[in-house]
Amino acid sequence: MADTRSIWEKLGFRKASGVGEAGWGHTLFAAIISLIYFLPVLIIILTSFKLQTEALAVPPKLLPTTLFGLIPEQYVFSPTLENFTSVFSRAYVAGGAAESTGFDRFFFNSIFIASTSVLLALVIGTLAAYGFSRYALKGNDTYLFIILTTRMLPAIVVIIPVILMFRISGLSGSYLGIILLYTAFNLPFTIWMMKSFFDELSPDVEDAARLDGSSEIKVFRKICLPQVLAGLAATFVFGLILTWNEFLFALLLTGVDTRTVPVAMNQAVGGGGIGVLWGLLAAIETLFLIPVFLVTFFLQDHLLRGVTFGTVKR
Amino acid sequence: MTSVALSPPAPDFKTIAPDNWKLAIAVGLVVSVLATLILPANAAFWVVGAMAAMVAASFVVNAYRRHYYGGLLVSPAIAVLFVMNIFPLLWSLGLSFFAYQSNQQTIRFVGLRNYQQLLTNDLKAPELWANLTNTALFVVLTVTAQMIVGFLLAVLFAKQFPLRKYLLILVLTPMMLSVVAVGVFFSYYYDPTFGLLSQVIKAWGGEQFILMSSKTGAVAGIVFADAWMWSPFVMLLVLAGLVSVPKYLYEAAAIDRVSGWRRFWTITFPYIRGLLMLALLFRTIEAFKMADLVILLTKGGNDTMTISYHVIRIANEQNKTSEGAALSYLLLFVVIVLTNLYLYIANRRSQGA
Repeated sequence: MADTRSIWEKLGFRKASGVGEAGWGHTLFAAIISLIYFLPVLIIILTSFKLQTEALAVPPKLLPTTLFGLIPEQYVFSPTLENFTSVFSRAYVAGGAAESTGFDRFFFNSIFIASTSVLLALVIGTLAAYGFSRYALKGNDTYLFIILTTRMLPAIVVIIPVILMFRISGLSGSYLGIILLYTAFNLPFTIWMMKSFFDELSPDVEDAARLDGSSEIKVFRKICLPQVLAGLAATFVFGLILTWNEFLFALLLTGVDTRTVPVAMNQAVGGGGIGVLWGLLAAIETLFLIPVFLVTFFLQDHLLRGVTFGTVKR
Repeated sequence: MTSVALSPPAPDFKTIAPDNWKLAIAVGLVVSVLATLILPANAAFWVVGAMAAMVAASFVVNAYRRHYYGGLLVSPAIAVLFVMNIFPLLWSLGLSFFAYQSNQQTIRFVGLRNYQQLLTNDLKAPELWANLTNTALFVVLTVTAQMIVGFLLAVLFAKQFPLRKYLLILVLTPMMLSVVAVGVFFSYYYDPTFGLLSQVIKAWGGEQFILMSSKTGAVAGIVFADAWMWSPFVMLLVLAGLVSVPKYLYEAAAIDRVSGWRRFWTITFPYIRGLLMLALLFRTIEAFKMADLVILLTKGGNDTMTISYHVIRIANEQNKTSEGAALSYLLLFVVIVLTNLYLYIANRRSQGA
């Protein structure tokens, strides 16, 4: 039989079919698009290895190597790790002694606040989602709509009273306050997502277990929970990405001790223009990106399965 | 209230009985409103807090007495949401009926005057209209761009191919960046002297290129940064839909020699329609709130003020708390109308299909 494939197919492209397999040709195409899309991030990462003069150079210094002579010398910078050390300690006055910038504390705060609030939202939200999914509550849909609505509201609507509330109750600048607030931010999303997962499970297995005398708690722990692990992972990633970078509330509600990295980053930026220490800022962002990037990468497969929200027809 | 709380946990009884937590909410609301009207702000805060705790307690007791596991499971979530979301909302709704400035001690009840002033005087002011039209412009442009780019990226990654996992994470990265870094670094890319964009244009023989010097350029710069950052979000949703299409449908279509265009509309589109609408909804709401990128890139200059930034200025920088709250509620009204319009259209479509 003659080879009827077109030249494109021989190169590794397949006819578009929505789902399906494609070869190395498609990989090449996707790689070009992905790298162009990733370019602004790549420049941030490269800038973190540049000195201030190199970051502001005209013509721009693009790469750390000449790529075996391919790139003219004027576009090449010599990479330095200075920015990364000065994230944590640097001299504020020229020639002065290096002082700690407190960024180790801010990184700890970001990790502690984001992970605690996302996990708390995951625990509370999963219980609530199970409740909504398995028990007929009066006005079930109304509750769910109200819960979703709280996510839809512009942050500016609640920010004034939240500031006042935190000021009066003494929660301002405490870990507890900001963690509870972020938990509340993550809850609507967590509940909707986990409910769609519980809704997809077949109730037959649970009924069989109940007939065998399993308690409600055991049914939840041993039968339902193991089946929604992918959903838990996806919800965790989404919540983490959103909480990790939250800026407005963190700016207004965290104190010196509880400041998160985005707020500290904003203060490190200073006035803008030439005054910004580009290499330093890039180093902060690069370090700040690593944890959430790794978590997303390792939970990536679940992420894709997790976002279907149950809106997809079965 | 107590009589209901002590009632036996008869399953028939709970459907017709006036639920005690409802009564608790009613009492709580009345006391809270009275407290806010009569007591000073600090005392009123704790009274309202106590009322909220009472409502929560009645909720839990009610659920426990009746072996109402659903209610028990839901109550922690409701409690957190109430304290951190719903309660501040009610508070700001209350504030919008007062004349209150957060840097002054005085507070005065003015009824609907804040709203009246907004709807009669301020809406006539060209400045506020400009903010509203700018917001509308940003919503339309950013959401359109994100939907198109996100959709195309999703199609690109819908198939299985070597290294897919590693390329996909590259495209997802912009979403993980801090908005502060995105704003500041895009101002770096757009900078007229050392910015890459300007240097590239110069190298191609152009003159010094200042993107942010005109309104068109400033809007384009902001829209580009926002669309770049959030298109991966749309992509993830659409991709989840594309991946969930059963393969046998495409195989059947291939046997019947269905054209690519028709295959998309009859097979693929029904699977991603819901997710596309969801992405549209989430991104529209987010775009409506847009302030941070504007603050970082133009500080509202070149006629790029958005309504959300305007509220932040009024409420935070000028300390006009009540006016900010009133304006927020007008905005909220618009968002709820838009949301319901969306839900109505989405429901009608799905019933029609």
